[in-house]
Amino acid sequence: MFDDFIIRAFAAGIGLALITGPLGCFIIWRRLSYFGDTIAHSALLGVVIAYAMNFNLIIAVFAVSCFVALSLLFLQKRTNLPDDALLGLLAHSVLAIGLVLLGILSFIRVDLMGLLFGDILSVNITDVLFVWVGGSIVLIVLILIWRPLFAATVNLELAKAEGLNADLANAIFTILIASVIAISIKIVGILLITGLLIIPAAASRNLSSTPIQMAIISSVIGLVSVVLGLQTSMIWNSPTGPTILAIALGVFILTLIPLKKLLISKKKIELLN
Amino acid sequence: MNKSLVELNNCGVFRNEKWLVRGVSLKVSQGEIVTLIGPNGSGKSTTAKMSLDILKPDEGTNTIKKDIRISYVPQKISIDWSLPLRSIDFVNLVTKHKTSEINDALGITGIQHLINEDVRNLSGGEFQRLLMARAIAKEPHFLVLDEPVQGVDYSGEIALYKTIQEIVKKINCGILLISHNLHVVMSQTDYVICLNGHVCCSGIPSSVIKDQEYIKLFGSNIDPTLSLYKHNHDHHHLPDGSIDKVDKNK
Repeated sequence: MFDDFIIRAFAAGIGLALITGPLGCFIIWRRLSYFGDTIAHSALLGVVIAYAMNFNLIIAVFAVSCFVALSLLFLQKRTNLPDDALLGLLAHSVLAIGLVLLGILSFIRVDLMGLLFGDILSVNITDVLFVWVGGSIVLIVLILIWRPLFAATVNLELAKAEGLNADLANAIFTILIASVIAISIKIVGILLITGLLIIPAAASRNLSSTPIQMAIISSVIGLVSVVLGLQTSMIWNSPTGPTILAIALGVFILTLIPLKKLLISKKKIELLN
Repeated sequence: MNKSLVELNNCGVFRNEKWLVRGVSLKVSQGEIVTLIGPNGSGKSTTAKMSLDILKPDEGTNTIKKDIRISYVPQKISIDWSLPLRSIDFVNLVTKHKTSEINDALGITGIQHLINEDVRNLSGGEFQRLLMARAIAKEPHFLVLDEPVQGVDYSGEIALYKTIQEIVKKINCGILLISHNLHVVMSQTDYVICLNGHVCCSGIPSSVIKDQEYIKLFGSNIDPTLSLYKHNHDHHHLPDGSIDKVDKNK
């Protein structure tokens, strides 16, 4: 059944959407959207290393992403620069190093477009396995660290004071983001992964009143976007990754319609009559 | 038997080439309210954070008894706009409680009716009461309150301080309190530490107010023994502001 590239595409996309939902919520809550971008930018270096050393792409990208994330933690302690400056510094310098290496190692042929925007239709069975096995691990770990991570998101000092290991939860969360970005490279590409993390979560924010609700609805919206996006891209022959994000944006716009208010005002009018 | 929950021994914090606070020693035991007073920037919050081990002292030692439940009401806390969070979720933030326990805790601070309200819709005073309710719900052994009644209306302030005293009696916890309300501090706490970058003076309230250092900082005209204006309420308000008709005081 996994012989069919379309089924593999659906399997990979749906698996990815389920993980990006809750992770994306944390990225929004903690104002980390630029952090996702930074990790994604630095993924190019991982790709070049993977090609140069003939190594598994996902593992190489994961290693580089973790390195960049740890560098950020180090720089935060060592400098007085604000986080966004540090992220900009890391994102573009690591991207530059990746491009320099790519130029020097002229024997490498990298499909840049595929790397930037992903190509979900070309995922193989190993990639699907990486998404589902890696994704399950990410989800389980996230559930395990949910309480300290969420408490630290609301107030770091309060979480620490009351005995939660907030620093550890933060570090693990960073590694989770690095893994998801590594997993998603082939599917939506480095330019679009932050979108897949943020847009469904943002749409979900408009519909939910508790954190867990927001995480679950976010996954559902991601899933709907992947399924509709894949189908649309096949009908219109449009690039798949961007189509998925465009659909997600459509869902976001729909969530802006204040359904509750409309319903309530209708009731009020009925009552008045 | 050593009942002390938290001990600071000659502690200091050094940041950006100056000492925020230095040479602080204090001890909080079970069933005792210790208060920190002092002007802005005198190191009150820093001291509280050392007692919680959020800040590691750069000199001296902080010792916290092992395996005790700790609750913290920070001075400033802002909830990010992107977080959908109801009062009940906030109470459950660090420890999960039964709904009945949450109702009790919110009831004690008078905001039971707001249990399902989004935290961002609460007023400053209501949020302060929520912070307090969350801290109480844990039934802590050690409770740190950093200006717990800021933004709370006048009658609510007195009521909340009364609540604090009741909690100490009920769950027999130790409290480290930071407060600006000298009347409350002097009349309702067991031990006062007056900070101004270092410990100016400390002791039981009645001796501290006679201390020259205290008079220098706060002036002699504040006589805490003068009772505060008593507004003789002949009725009792329900949390939503309406008047409780079955008032036992009547």
